[in-house]
Amino acid sequence: MMVFGVIATIFIVLIRQSRPELAQLLSIGVGLAIVIYVLGYLKMIIDIITDLALQAEINTVFLRILMRVIGVAYLAEFGAQICKDAGDVNIAAKIEFAGKILILIMAIPILVAILEGIINFIP
Amino acid sequence: MHVLRVDLLFQIAGIGIFISVLNIVLKQAGKEEQAQMLTLVGVVIVLLLILQLLGDLFTSIRAIFNLY
Repeated sequence: MMVFGVIATIFIVLIRQSRPELAQLLSIGVGLAIVIYVLGYLKMIIDIITDLALQAEINTVFLRILMRVIGVAYLAEFGAQICKDAGDVNIAAKIEFAGKILILIMAIPILVAILEGIINFIP
Repeated sequence: MHVLRVDLLFQIAGIGIFISVLNIVLKQAGKEEQAQMLTLVGVVIVLLLILQLLGDLFTSIRAIFNLY
C-alpha cells in the first residue's frame, strides 16, 4: 500500500510538469484504486457487525438505515475531496451539503421512531 | 476486490509520459494542431479508464451499504 502511494506520487510529480490535466486524472485514479482495495475489507467488517446485530436481535430496519448513512457519508466525503483536489472548493462544499441533507432524509424514520417513543412515554 | 490495481497506475502514467514525448516531437515538427488533438485524445483515454474504475466503486459501494 505504502509502496503504491509512493510510486503514484513519483509519477504524478513527474507528469505534472508537462501534463497537469493527466496528473490530476492519475491522482483521482490512484485514490479510486486505494478505496476499491479497502472496500473488500470494509465488507467483511460490515458483515461481522450485521451478524452481531442479528445475534443481539436489534431491529434490522434501523441497522440498514445506519449502513446507508455510512455509505452516503463515505461517498460524499470522497467526492468532495476529489473536487477539493482539483481546486474547486465551492463544489466540494456543495457536495458535502447535499450529503448532509441526504443523510438527514435517510435518518428521518429513526427520528420519527424516537419522537413517537417519547410521546408515548409522556402521557 | 482485494486486489490493488497497480496496472492502472502504470497504464495512466505510461500514457502521460508517452503523450508528453509525442507532443514534444509534434511541436518540433511544427504541427501544433495535431499536438493539441493528441492531448485531447490522451485525456479522453485516461478519462475512460477512470470512469470504469468509478463505476466499479459505485457498484461495490451500492452492494455493500445496500443503497438504492
